[in-house]
Amino acid sequence: MNLKMNLGDAAIDAVMGYAIVFLGIALLVLVVVLMGRVMSRKKPTPAPVPAAEQQAAPVPAAPAAPGTAGDLKLYDTPDRDAAMIMAIVADELKIPLNELRFISIREVKKS
Amino acid sequence: MNNILETLKKLWMESGFMGFFENGGWKSLVMIIVALVLLYLGIKKKFEPLLLVGIAFGTLLTNLPGAGLYHMAMWDAYVYECPYDAANEAILYNVEEERVLSVEEYMASLPEDAQEPEIIEKLSFTDIAHIGGLLDILYIGVKAGIYPCLIFIGVGAMTDFGPLIANPKSFFLGAAAQFGVFFAFLGAVLLGFNGNQAAAIGIIGGADGPTAILTCMLLAPALLGPIAIAAYSYMALIPMIQPPIMRALTTEKERSVKMEQLREVSKTEKIVFPILVAGFIILLLPSTAPLIGCLMFGNLLRETGVTERLSDVAQNALMNIVTLFLGISVGATTVAARFLTLNTLKIVLLGLIAFCFSTVGGLLVGKLMYKLSGGKINPLIGAAGVSAVPMAARVAQVEGQKANPSNFLLMHAMGPNVAGVIGSAIAAGFLIKVFGA
Repeated sequence: MNLKMNLGDAAIDAVMGYAIVFLGIALLVLVVVLMGRVMSRKKPTPAPVPAAEQQAAPVPAAPAAPGTAGDLKLYDTPDRDAAMIMAIVADELKIPLNELRFISIREVKKS
Repeated sequence: MNNILETLKKLWMESGFMGFFENGGWKSLVMIIVALVLLYLGIKKKFEPLLLVGIAFGTLLTNLPGAGLYHMAMWDAYVYECPYDAANEAILYNVEEERVLSVEEYMASLPEDAQEPEIIEKLSFTDIAHIGGLLDILYIGVKAGIYPCLIFIGVGAMTDFGPLIANPKSFFLGAAAQFGVFFAFLGAVLLGFNGNQAAAIGIIGGADGPTAILTCMLLAPALLGPIAIAAYSYMALIPMIQPPIMRALTTEKERSVKMEQLREVSKTEKIVFPILVAGFIILLLPSTAPLIGCLMFGNLLRETGVTERLSDVAQNALMNIVTLFLGISVGATTVAARFLTLNTLKIVLLGLIAFCFSTVGGLLVGKLMYKLSGGKINPLIGAAGVSAVPMAARVAQVEGQKANPSNFLLMHAMGPNVAGVIGSAIAAGFLIKVFGA
């Protein structure tokens, strides 16, 4: 087909083309959702923790002091660097430091 | 003394400089200026430099009179499947009447000072490799559809489909952002292009260079230069084109929506995904096979975990080599006589319309999803549905963060972004199916 088209035919092709793209994608979504369901069913459920281990579990730490947001775990990061990182993040996000909660900071080592 | 003057005169007459003073030579000069502008944009402004620098240099080389690196007439003969006169670099074809000329008709139309014709009945790639210039030989890779597909292997190897698998709904945003393709197609028909040309122009809206090149090469090879340049230039301009549309179509409240953390995607899912998608889409639309097949093959190499060397080659060495060949050979098609036309201006305008309306399509469906999800989906990620990976996703991230500094949309926007690659391949497959030979 290498001829001039009239606008009516072109409009039909355009609508049909857009609809085909949606149809193809909708079917693909269906397939991907099904795949997700099948995969999540196949995932092994974590084995129940033996009673003996449950008893041996460490006693939870004492509650955090009032006004703090809990413990911050540091991995290979000195306190001074951690403080600097938290200050920079708070500044970048424009959120006061006391409204942010940091769970852990870990140094990423270059391989 | 006379001999020396004669030799100097002969050297001057046969030099490329003389070509600028011949009939239409000024057009080559204009194209060289265009090439220099493109080089400036690529080098100084960093507009898609990896491709634009190659394309610009190809434009420069092909428009240097007498260089003979690329022969437009030879490729016309290949496209029209008509005889080619290698001595006079002319085709035996009447473009206006769309018919092959007989040898007698052709001989009658030759000027007196023409060389003795050397007619080749039907050109093959072997003939082109034998009589063509360097850029003709490199261009065979475009013509045979090899480069776009190889680039798609690299794109697949670089793409993480995890966000898309984690949130399959974002596939719809990739589909919605193909609106510009079909809108520009209609616009092109309105401006007088035929169906094939309009389809090739429309696909610029897919914001996917290799897809645009492959579609154009199959449907309207004569428009390859302007279409490739428009596609890559607008892709580079996405950070300027999209934000005003995003702000105009969304409210501050919508833009500041923080989306929930995506679920973790297992390695098995990531391995099964490319196999499933390739099989399914190709069965649905067989004409997408080269693009989707290569994209998913590259992605499989990435995800298997046992083909790291191949994945590394696809992402780096292969991608770089093919980008180099693709850029310079696409640039070579911008021969002055073919490029400096009103059609090029129309294509540049339609390309911009295509990009804008693709963004609009993605945003509108994003807004719909925002409403349907009860305000959990940020409509900005819809704009990332135009492929242009990862530029469009980055723009969504930047705009989202402007509205809410603690907003991190990048991973959420990557879903529609890579879905856009699949969506534009489906759109291209449809257009190739309808308008292809």
